[in-house]
Amino acid sequence: MKRILLAVVFAATVTPVTAKEAEPLEDPVYQERFEALTKELRCLKCQNQTIFDSKAGLADDLRRQIREQMYQGKSDEEIVDYLVARYGDFVRYRPDFKASTLFLWVGPFLFLVIGIAMLVHQIRKRRSVEDVAPLSEEEAKRVRALIDTQGGEKN
Amino acid sequence: MLRFIAPLLIFGLIAAFFFVGLDRDPTKLPSALIDKPAPAFTLPQLHQPEQSFSPEQMKGKVWLLNVWASWCAACRTEHPLFMELSRKGVPLYGLNYKDKRKDALQWLQQLGNPYRVSVSDFTGDVGIDYGVYGVPETFVIDKQGIIRYKHVGPISRQDWENTIEPIIKELQG
Repeated sequence: MKRILLAVVFAATVTPVTAKEAEPLEDPVYQERFEALTKELRCLKCQNQTIFDSKAGLADDLRRQIREQMYQGKSDEEIVDYLVARYGDFVRYRPDFKASTLFLWVGPFLFLVIGIAMLVHQIRKRRSVEDVAPLSEEEAKRVRALIDTQGGEKN
Repeated sequence: MLRFIAPLLIFGLIAAFFFVGLDRDPTKLPSALIDKPAPAFTLPQLHQPEQSFSPEQMKGKVWLLNVWASWCAACRTEHPLFMELSRKGVPLYGLNYKDKRKDALQWLQQLGNPYRVSVSDFTGDVGIDYGVYGVPETFVIDKQGIIRYKHVGPISRQDWENTIEPIIKELQG
């Protein structure tokens, strides 16, 4: 019985660790931080994926780096700075607000403002057409006269 | 008059924007390392692993660091040009990125070795320091050890003659 138990224990400890990258970190707090951070970072190889879910070899390496740096006690900010220094702002899905990223941040609102301005302009123009004063009595007479003469020519 | 010109102008602007965008390669990213010192490393040489190489040794020289691997298909594209350049005496150094030593040596033996020295970056850590995201990549490093230019993807003859060679000449000047 003892032998069997021992064998079971051995088998359990010797189980090879596969898919090391997908394995969560032992500490759930670290894991949460790790997930939040890697979901904010772009994989440079497959640009529409985050480092969290990319299967590219480079993403693997970057995840390893990020994990190691976390264990070394680096803050999220330090880790992001480390990556930006190497890969540029492109590695971040939400880059810092600065001169080179100004258009990226402000651009959509700029277009929104332009759009609203154009809309307001159009509406005002239309209203000013509607607001035309009614014809005076004399004008109405002239209009009627014109219509009548034209009608007369046709006959 | 304005009511006809304005839409045309807006259309022209958007069209120009997209037209420029058509020609841009989204996989080519601006390097964050231009005009920054080449990150230091000490790695074993591919051919003599007991000997190491570090960029420090290249101070005072203009040189090229090419990131390559035997598994990299695009590296074969630029290889014939590199052979030619190496015969002309262009100082090409290789960073063998995430490769197996055996495969790398075999690759060079089959196709020829254009590198004065290649170093082995098995883990890819030095690659990360250099912001490598696609192989091949080539860095032009000046006499002070500053990265002055980075080329992503295989170098064509045109790239070499129009861009890289003039930069090297100027730096050597």
